[in-house]
Amino acid sequence: MIEFGIPIIVSLFMGLFARIYMIRIDQRQYPSYPQGLISHLTLGLIASFLGSVAVPSLINKEFGAVTFLALAAQQFRDVRSMERQSLDNIEPTELVSRGMAYIEDIAKAFEARNYMVIITALITSCAIFSTKYMNFNIYIQVISGILSGSIIAIILKGLLRRQLIMEIANVNEAKIDFDGPILKVNGVSIMNIGLKESREIYLKYGIAIEIVPNDSNARATLGNIGQRQAIVHNAAIQLGLKKDVDTPDFTPIARRNLENGNIVMAMVPMVSDTQLLVESVKTTPVLETSKRKPLQSKVGYKASKEE
Amino acid sequence: MDYGIKDSIIAIITTDRSMISTTTVPVFYASTEEEKERVALLVSKVTTGMVHDLENGSYVIVKH
Repeated sequence: MIEFGIPIIVSLFMGLFARIYMIRIDQRQYPSYPQGLISHLTLGLIASFLGSVAVPSLINKEFGAVTFLALAAQQFRDVRSMERQSLDNIEPTELVSRGMAYIEDIAKAFEARNYMVIITALITSCAIFSTKYMNFNIYIQVISGILSGSIIAIILKGLLRRQLIMEIANVNEAKIDFDGPILKVNGVSIMNIGLKESREIYLKYGIAIEIVPNDSNARATLGNIGQRQAIVHNAAIQLGLKKDVDTPDFTPIARRNLENGNIVMAMVPMVSDTQLLVESVKTTPVLETSKRKPLQSKVGYKASKEE
Repeated sequence: MDYGIKDSIIAIITTDRSMISTTTVPVFYASTEEEKERVALLVSKVTTGMVHDLENGSYVIVKH
């Protein structure tokens, strides 16, 4: 067993390094700190261990051990449902909800990151063993393991990178006005606000934006309700809202312009700075679950030509 | 999960005396515009519902 010590330890660390590399504690506060962080690092360590023992057990002709990888896959599917459940549970406590699509997207990301850890650990140990059979000395083996592990981690992080709204659409300032009780942004009706007081607050402190999709793909993606809710949630978290549970008038809602598929949104933030709102919308991730590509279909392509 | 307007009307506040109260939705009569505004605000705070203007002298409160 000692002969496998170094490969296992090196790939274990590479896998863990990959998990740390992918973990981000930022304004989203997800994974939460400190408990969420610890549980994800621990799961990452387990994933990494599973990846690192796969090759040594094959070399020892312990084929049964490989079935543990299947068990691991099952385990990480559970990670997804665990994340989904916990986010679902806290959803009613959010002032502006995340929305099911965003939750699903986050849960999927956590599952994928664990697979990434397994792959990194597996590739690292493969590299170490292949250099070992080429009779290189132990230092070369370790260095090649670390190198290939790092490269794979960087490639996988690139693959898992999500697009941002600014890559698929333009975000512009927009104008709020009222048609009787109907709140309108650039002429698109958003909602009926009965109280005069609320209307005055909207006119005084409200800011609005219009999201103009670049093509039919972006238009279909932005039309998705989950994607819109994610945009609203992100903006509300970053700018802060003048809203409480008993003032539903100030719930930000993103509505669609039926003519051209543009999205408009109005909100009453703590600080009325439209540039900040534009920036926060631009940096919202495009959800994997909301992404649509009608242009890749024949009909969708023809439809876009006929516009 | 549903977003936007989806739930039913929980109260009507009106200056229109001809509006008849049904058993399902309570109707609050107000004598002036200011009173209507005030009652609407108070009822919406109690029910955490949202006030919508029907532009015929009536407000409806809807819980979203």
